Amino acid sequence: MTVMEQRGVYRPTPPPAWQLRTDPAPLLPDAEPYRVLGTEAAGKADEELLGRLYAQLVLGRRYNTQATALTKQGRLAVYPSSTGQEACEVAAALVLQERDWLFPSYRDTLAAVARGLDPVQALTLLRGDWHTGYDPREHRIAPLCTPLATQLPHAVGLAHAARLKGDDVVALAMVGDGGTSEGDFHEALNFAAVWQAPVVFLVQNNGFAISVPLDKQTAAPSLAHKAVGYGMPGRLVDGNDAAAVHEVLSDAVSRARAGGGPTLVEAVTYRMEAHTNADDATRYRGDTEVEAWRAHDPILLLERELTERGLLDEDRRRAARDDAEAMAADLRERMNQDPELNPMDLFSHVYAEQTTQLREQAAQLRAELEASDADDADDADGEENAR
Amino acid sequence: MSTVAAERATKKAAKPATMAQALGRALRDSLAEDPAVHVLGEDVGALGGVFRVTDGLTKEFGEDRCTDTPLAEAGILGTAVGMAMYGLRPVVEMQFDAFAYPAFEQLISHVARMRNRTRGAMPLPITVRVPYGGGIGGVEHHSDSSEAYYMATPGLHVVTPATVADAYGLLRASIASDDPVVFLEPKRLYWSKADWNPDAPQAVDPIGKAVVRRTGRSATLLTYGPSVPVCLEAAEAAVAEGWDLEVVDLRSLVPFDDETVAASVRRTGRAVVVHESGGFGGPGGEIAARVTERCFHHLEAPVLRVAGFDIPYPPPMLERHHLPGVDRILDAVARLQWEADS
Repeated sequence: MTVMEQRGVYRPTPPPAWQLRTDPAPLLPDAEPYRVLGTEAAGKADEELLGRLYAQLVLGRRYNTQATALTKQGRLAVYPSSTGQEACEVAAALVLQERDWLFPSYRDTLAAVARGLDPVQALTLLRGDWHTGYDPREHRIAPLCTPLATQLPHAVGLAHAARLKGDDVVALAMVGDGGTSEGDFHEALNFAAVWQAPVVFLVQNNGFAISVPLDKQTAAPSLAHKAVGYGMPGRLVDGNDAAAVHEVLSDAVSRARAGGGPTLVEAVTYRMEAHTNADDATRYRGDTEVEAWRAHDPILLLERELTERGLLDEDRRRAARDDAEAMAADLRERMNQDPELNPMDLFSHVYAEQTTQLREQAAQLRAELEASDADDADDADGEENAR
Repeated sequence: MSTVAAERATKKAAKPATMAQALGRALRDSLAEDPAVHVLGEDVGALGGVFRVTDGLTKEFGEDRCTDTPLAEAGILGTAVGMAMYGLRPVVEMQFDAFAYPAFEQLISHVARMRNRTRGAMPLPITVRVPYGGGIGGVEHHSDSSEAYYMATPGLHVVTPATVADAYGLLRASIASDDPVVFLEPKRLYWSKADWNPDAPQAVDPIGKAVVRRTGRSATLLTYGPSVPVCLEAAEAAVAEGWDLEVVDLRSLVPFDDETVAASVRRTGRAVVVHESGGFGGPGGEIAARVTERCFHHLEAPVLRVAGFDIPYPPPMLERHHLPGVDRILDAVARLQWEADS
């Protein structure tokens, strides 16, 4: 019988590959961002944790305003503020164990500070004093990453390596809504899911990639929905609800630690300030929108909850405020001192061992510096003689 | 064992081996010696790599040590960065020269500068294996010579072997290096054979040393990787023309061995740089400038370049017209009779 004769009666048996490998339904995020504060779930939230989150939020807000003030004084080259996003920053730091790793983007200095990093060290990059002011291995905080989403595959590789070594380590990687459009976002999520790496991806959807709003960034129902295509769960959470972000991230971290693989968490929040101090946000968004988010401020939401439950009196407020002021004063004072930089360091860390070419260039700079010192000394003598 | 006896034993055990086999052996020995070494890339596992360089490694060391990754070069190198951050020594394969381009951001923004941006706190010992160059009849995007891009990026070492022994020794040295190395493998030399003793593979000079492959008095051919055998052939052919050519195999483009190169050119007074990649903005311009700066008073003629044309890599049927061959090298050598012509 020829193939032509078979037509109409031939019924192919679908090969096994036709079947879906995973039921997508359990991976789908909730229709609405998950919330705790102001809902029944709040009653079950741990009081001690809520108090800790409150103190950290107040501290974080003050840190943001102080750093922004430092840009106006020329002490910071640039500062991308996370005002309005403090709940995400703080929760990201607090859900991690000491052995875990944090992979921040350039906007996430506050997460690094909340994890325990000295604020001055955290601001080294933004101050223009070298690029990373700390030893990443000592603090288990990767260098603040300026290219978008390129730190995400690092988080996957590190988590994978830790698991290969038998270490119980989770990596939490932070990225913005704009970063989800980058190829590295895709590759990182794909690798993480294939390798079942213990990674948590936290997308802080703050509404804008500099000036471009989310609806021009993606056509996905939500950024959390992107998880399904990789075969990992996506969770959608109110990014201004510190208790909710903490709970969702804790679940994701526990899942990763237990060998359950990666999770993509989208925290819906809002960037109250401009992209950086160099940006003019009035060109791309109106006051009405900003005011609506101001009413949904992360500190306000938590204060309301704590007050209703009788957990926040004036003493506790003052204590939180005083701690924040003390941190700001210390930061101000230390940032107002000029850092001492050694120009010869330019050649110290390009390679483990300097190449001949770099040794020659180092000698050239050394000679230039010595000549300039000699000139300064001559000038000083000249002034002395003129008197 | 006496030196003579050892040499005799080595000679006895030596048999023809290909560069691909020597590279595979270097990976195997590195994996066996150091549990921190991990090989990863597309097709490096069951298939053993499209050039079979990683043949048998997954079988011997398991999937965790020699890992088939998803098809994504930025992901391969990006995850390798994270692995190195945690103390491993990843060796990644880019499969073909032009396939490495998606990984450029990871290479340039992170791999090359992690040591520098952390002021030495976090070096990244990553080896990036990139099969490169033409002459194998590859279709578009399978024959690029991308060494100039890598050379232009501070923080990377760039090395390329031309012999079976160097393939083994340089790859071992690259994997042992605490800095990232772009390891360029000349594709058309993968099947080149040499007597090589797999039981006693030799280390080579540390990264950064050039080697004189043929001594001569009339002029120096400065070359590397796939062009080394071509230059040696040209040097033999030149004897008939009365030229006694010295051939220097650079082996390492970064760091650059100014000393060996300058010493050779001062001896001969004439130099031609030979490579496959385009001349404009190519490695030859840098090399010629370095030679001129150091040897100006010894030079009898301008430093010349014999390079590929400044065109996107041509289709296989035309590549023989593009690649620098013996005749083009000899034409350049003839042009070194500067005094007579001017």
